[in-house]
Amino acid sequence: QVRLLVPIAVAFSPGSVPADLPRPLPFRDAQEMEITVNLRTSVTSHYELVYRGTTAAEGAALAAATAQEADAALRPLQDSVMGSLTMYVVPETSPLLPQGVSVYVGRHRSALVRAGGSLAALHARLRQVTQLMSFTAASVATALSDRVPDGRLSLDVRRYLKSSLGYEITFSLLNPDPKSHVVDWDIEGAVNSYVKPVLDKLSFVANFSVDSQILYYAVLGVTPRYDKESSSFLLSTHSLPHVINPVEARLGSSAASLYPVLNFLLYVPERSHSPLYIQDKDGVPVSTNAFHSPRWGGIMVYNVEAPASPQASLPLHVDVDMARVMEVFLAQLRLLFGLSREEVPAEFLLESPGNEGLADWELDHLLWAHTMENIATVSTTLTSLAQLLDKIGNIVIKDDVASEVYRAVASVQSAVAKLGMGHLHSAFQASKEAVTSSERAFFDPSLLHLLYFPDDQKFAIYIPLFLPMAVPILLSLAKIVRETRQHKKEPTKMD
Amino acid sequence: MAAALPGSLPGAAAAVLLLGCCGAVLAAGVQDQAEQFFRSGHTNNWAVLVCTSRFWFNYRHVANTLSVYRSVKRLGIPDSHIVLMLADDMACNPRNPKPATVFSHKNMELNVYGDDVEVDYRSYEVTVENFLRVLTGRIPPSTPRSKRLLSDDRSNILIYMTGHGGNGFLKFQDSEEITNVELADAFEQMWQKRRYNELLFIIDTCQGASMYERFYSPNIMALASSQVGEDSLSHQPDLGIGVHLMDRYTFYVLEFLEEIHPASQTNMNDLFQVCPKSLCVSTPGHRTDLFQRDPQNVLITDFFGSVRKVEITTERISLNRDLASFESKFPEDELATEPLKYAEQLPVAQIIRQKPKQKDWHPPGGFILGLWALIIMVFFKTYGIKHMKHVF
Repeated sequence: QVRLLVPIAVAFSPGSVPADLPRPLPFRDAQEMEITVNLRTSVTSHYELVYRGTTAAEGAALAAATAQEADAALRPLQDSVMGSLTMYVVPETSPLLPQGVSVYVGRHRSALVRAGGSLAALHARLRQVTQLMSFTAASVATALSDRVPDGRLSLDVRRYLKSSLGYEITFSLLNPDPKSHVVDWDIEGAVNSYVKPVLDKLSFVANFSVDSQILYYAVLGVTPRYDKESSSFLLSTHSLPHVINPVEARLGSSAASLYPVLNFLLYVPERSHSPLYIQDKDGVPVSTNAFHSPRWGGIMVYNVEAPASPQASLPLHVDVDMARVMEVFLAQLRLLFGLSREEVPAEFLLESPGNEGLADWELDHLLWAHTMENIATVSTTLTSLAQLLDKIGNIVIKDDVASEVYRAVASVQSAVAKLGMGHLHSAFQASKEAVTSSERAFFDPSLLHLLYFPDDQKFAIYIPLFLPMAVPILLSLAKIVRETRQHKKEPTKMD
Repeated sequence: MAAALPGSLPGAAAAVLLLGCCGAVLAAGVQDQAEQFFRSGHTNNWAVLVCTSRFWFNYRHVANTLSVYRSVKRLGIPDSHIVLMLADDMACNPRNPKPATVFSHKNMELNVYGDDVEVDYRSYEVTVENFLRVLTGRIPPSTPRSKRLLSDDRSNILIYMTGHGGNGFLKFQDSEEITNVELADAFEQMWQKRRYNELLFIIDTCQGASMYERFYSPNIMALASSQVGEDSLSHQPDLGIGVHLMDRYTFYVLEFLEEIHPASQTNMNDLFQVCPKSLCVSTPGHRTDLFQRDPQNVLITDFFGSVRKVEITTERISLNRDLASFESKFPEDELATEPLKYAEQLPVAQIIRQKPKQKDWHPPGGFILGLWALIIMVFFKTYGIKHMKHVF
């Protein structure tokens, strides 16, 4: 019942037009694909393609030396409506794309595609790029994971953060050995320089609030193994799940807001356990020296170099390289949200998003998923509220609860309509309003009604109350009826 | 969705059995252990521990709950994820010969009260209404975070209840009761809103099995200390304190949990065998028909502990350090941060709006109207209409 419309513009640069075009440029085309989530729910993805030639300005931009420059030059020429995509088809022999690369995905909402000869090959490539940049069947199924029958979804996909109105991010520095290390981290500066740009880009998705803290004498729950060959300490993969629990009690995440909390911990190992490396499954130390837990956050181990002379006075002063740390934390933040770049085909070249943390199309990807999830949540909530009211007939619905329900219904209808028209920005806003209203209506404290009256309890309560009262009334009624009947039978005395 | 589940259940069971076989074959694989943690789809654990009795002679119920609280904390669930509801009138009771302690074993071996107990609902706050509010989430907006059950669709929840119960009900603080139908409806409300992934319900009261008879939501496993018609008995009295210290079923469950550590692979089938009739005198029961996975594959730590799924971070984004200083937002300095006042954190407007509106008077209808009509008619018939003119 839900239609997702993606407006795509395909611009052919001169020399890249395939020979077997059905109609002369420019023309429109539409492709539909049905994604079945379960027996009753299915989502239609509708791609509206506009094929045209490149304009003179675009042609000039495409004449740039590298793909990055072309992408930067093309940006002001696109209409970057959220959810829309623009593909520029360059000739096969174009020098823009390096050897072996057939698609270059930029930082904004455009991609450079190498012409493949025939229209069919081009279509296949275009479809791949579109699915990467907007949504795939798998991402829709993840967003609607409630409705997918169990067993069909692989367990991996359940790890992303649920769509929420806000998130609380906490950066913690764990220093288990303050006698040996005095750790100085400029977290405020790092948050302002590195984290804020990413959060500003994500500000449309949710409200973010950031805190930080330093914990002393907080140890990991596991003792690392000493490895003689590398003369370092190693933490193996199967001991990692037990690291988090002893620390979590001290993180104070319960004092934060009601939004989901993401914890990013930086652990500086003790002098006696330095250097500490995390091993992956094959026993190889991980380059980032970090691991993350879905829906919780991430931990990075920051090794301090041994002092130059063994007689250096303790405590050592440590200045944390915040850029290196933030590179890992922001990558973990992306992974927690589900923006991973691992399943990209080999011939695709993705532009790194730089300090903004994520590309525009990745933001769109997130918005598609969250809008779908919000709509599904709202419909489940309202349906179950309706079922509750059907089952328990005498719950009192207050006026503000009723108005919230009406607002939720109106918002979700508008969100579905806007998705069908391709306006992702307003669809997401409408879906957020719908979620807020429906949650407020469902979780209203007045809806709690302890109402279970089994029949035998009803008898046991009401009969002793009303039976003694009813006996004289019923007897009097009987007397009245008898008298009226006698009165009717007896003929009136005629004098 | 319910219709799709039975169809996929044999498939899922077969897949899980196949996984089990493969696990046995690769016996010593280290990565096998990491994969096993992925069998249950949960990412966090919660526990709701409720003791529904008060008064000194119900010491054993508080000791039961506190012992389960200790075990659950030891196995990793933090206080922020435990909702503990106790009458909490044992430790500082005037009749307690050892104040500030609650012992769970005779000879006063183990003080389960300790220094770091965090009781979320104490004394008169342990009511049926608050319990159902915690479960369903319909909590007034002014409730602090520690009193809320903030679970999501990937949470495994352990619910432990103890106290005095009967056939189909559980007595709360000697003044009200919760029936098995209300409990089943509360769980259904939780399922509708996907507030749990899997739920383990343990109840240690007389006729405890009657409480789980009415459950109808999926993914619930239930254990009870006695069947309908049987009483759960207490373990042993302590002559120094003067009351019974623990109930038998919980005592043996705790002995079993003492051997569990966060990495153990013991499964639920062992928990089902915990208290045979010879030791417990009552027959413990369990119910697994609503649960999708085979209890053989459910680890004890899936519910009692908190073992997190972990992934190695292999990606790294590249940050341009030089750009960073240019991109800092200068307007931040201009905004003077106001000191937060307490009143602003309370949703005062919402609370004020919650005052009940003045209801308009409606004439009585229905039963009351019929009753009054009947009484007036009888009155007039008995005394006659003509007397009315003296009244008016």
